[in-house]
Amino acid sequence: MAVQTQTTGSQLRRRSTRRWQEHGIKGLLFLCALLSIVVTVAIVAVLAREAFTFFRSVRVWDFLFGTRWTPLLEPRSFGVLPLLSGTFLIVVGAAMIGIPIGLASAVYLSEYASARVRGIVKPILEILAGIPTVVYGYFALTFITPLLRFVLPQTNIFNAASASIVVGIMVLPMVASLCDDALRAVPDSLRQGAYAVGATHMEVSTRVVVPAALSGVVASFVLALSRAVGETMAVTIAAGASPRLTLNPIQSIQTMTAYIVQVSLGDTPAGTIGYQTIFAVGALLFVITLVANIAGHMILRRFREVYE
Amino acid sequence: MNMVLESTANLARRRLKARLFHLSCMALTWLCLVMLAVLLIHATRQGLPWLDVQFLRDFPSRFPERAGIKSALYGTLWLISLTAAFSIPIGVAAAIYLEEYAKRSRVNSLIEISLANLAGVPSIVYGILGLTIFVRWLGLGRSVMAGAMTMSLLILPIIIIASREALRAVPDSIRQAASALGATQWQTIRHHVIPSALPGILTGTILALSRAIGETAPLIMIGALTYVAFVPKGPMDAFTALPIQIFNWVSRPQQEFHELAAAGIVVLLAVLLLMNAAAVIIRHRSQRNRL
Repeated sequence: MAVQTQTTGSQLRRRSTRRWQEHGIKGLLFLCALLSIVVTVAIVAVLAREAFTFFRSVRVWDFLFGTRWTPLLEPRSFGVLPLLSGTFLIVVGAAMIGIPIGLASAVYLSEYASARVRGIVKPILEILAGIPTVVYGYFALTFITPLLRFVLPQTNIFNAASASIVVGIMVLPMVASLCDDALRAVPDSLRQGAYAVGATHMEVSTRVVVPAALSGVVASFVLALSRAVGETMAVTIAAGASPRLTLNPIQSIQTMTAYIVQVSLGDTPAGTIGYQTIFAVGALLFVITLVANIAGHMILRRFREVYE
Repeated sequence: MNMVLESTANLARRRLKARLFHLSCMALTWLCLVMLAVLLIHATRQGLPWLDVQFLRDFPSRFPERAGIKSALYGTLWLISLTAAFSIPIGVAAAIYLEEYAKRSRVNSLIEISLANLAGVPSIVYGILGLTIFVRWLGLGRSVMAGAMTMSLLILPIIIIASREALRAVPDSIRQAASALGATQWQTIRHHVIPSALPGILTGTILALSRAIGETAPLIMIGALTYVAFVPKGPMDAFTALPIQIFNWVSRPQQEFHELAAAGIVVLLAVLLLMNAAAVIIRHRSQRNRL
């Protein structure tokens, strides 16, 4: 009897330590997950803090709508529009390359290609997506730019066109793989229905499958363009460092990201207005990509056709 | 009769269009392969003449014929080892919490939202964060440590998302069987769920680390772009890394340095290819074992 109570006692004790252990582990895991909130808050706090100091000396209006960006030279001017127009040029160029090719590849992969072809093309797209951006920058500067200058001799050595072409190649795999997922989620019964009323393979793809997957397709465009906005190395290497309010793609420009890199490469001391500009520009960049990402995810969720 | 003719002509036109559409989709898809091939061939042709043992064993130099990537190779090795040490435990732990423990609550949905957003934050913003918090506030300076911590934050969302997918693929029957035999939740996870999700977690982690190897902008932000002609001896030393060295060479005007950059790119891509191959092999073997 006594022996039995002893064993139950030690069993109970073991069980209670085990329960504490369980709670401890769960708490530890929770803290790791909580880190993602901490990082988000830290990003916002860091950007907001220095940006606020910046906006004490520069009016928000002058920053957002000024047309000259010369923050490091006298006379200083803090109009961010040239950087925005530079980024815009890159995004438009990237969209013109990445979206049609990406969508066409997705249609081909999901509607036409055999399993064997998919097995070849998918890894190729993965490799394209995995190539570091600095490599794309090198490719733009030493391959695409000479090619452009051969066709159009007045092209600058650093130009928006060449950078936006490689950014387009860079976002292409993302468009292709997200669209492919969306197209493959369309149930076969829709395709069969269209064939039954006499549609050709193309009509099935473009008038039935793509419209049925439209939310996924559009979301992939938005997410890819948000990636293009934040792209840094290729535009730093190939697009130049001259903030200029222009829509001419063969001229040298500067994007928001390239400007941030330029300042951090120089020896701008902390605490000066020149140093604070990277936080103001960084905050603007963060807001733009955040809005685009949220929009992308909302399109994906809101307008998703649910097939049973 | 006329109507029949007209509809036959119409059908022929539609068929032709369909044929052209098929061909152009196929051509655009294979264009990706062509672009990849052109990129690789171009870099190899430019870089190969410079690529020898000397290139791997020399420090960077003003003179192209004496320049090498020794400090960059060691820097990348240091950076990736530390990044892996920080980001893998935390990332996998967060994934386990979110998949195995988290119930619907306000905090958990906040975690989900911030995770989705963090995955889309441009890498250069992580660089600004690292510069402010690690380099300045924590006083780590322009060290490997600061670089690795910044990089860890950058790839954490990728590791978490990949690990969660791997955990989700573990069938519930395994968990139920373990619980039925009296295992606690942690025992179930530790001895059954993690082992069977391990290949998926490993694959995702390797891919995330290969992203970190190629990432340049955050390192430039924290100030890693300096002339470093020594191998870091500890986590607090200054460092350079492969992509930084490549950027440094690309941004010089001389043709020789561009070719050096190409040689560096060949090395970088070779490293990435090896890691990707490892990931593919792990994925392949685990799929075979599952059957």
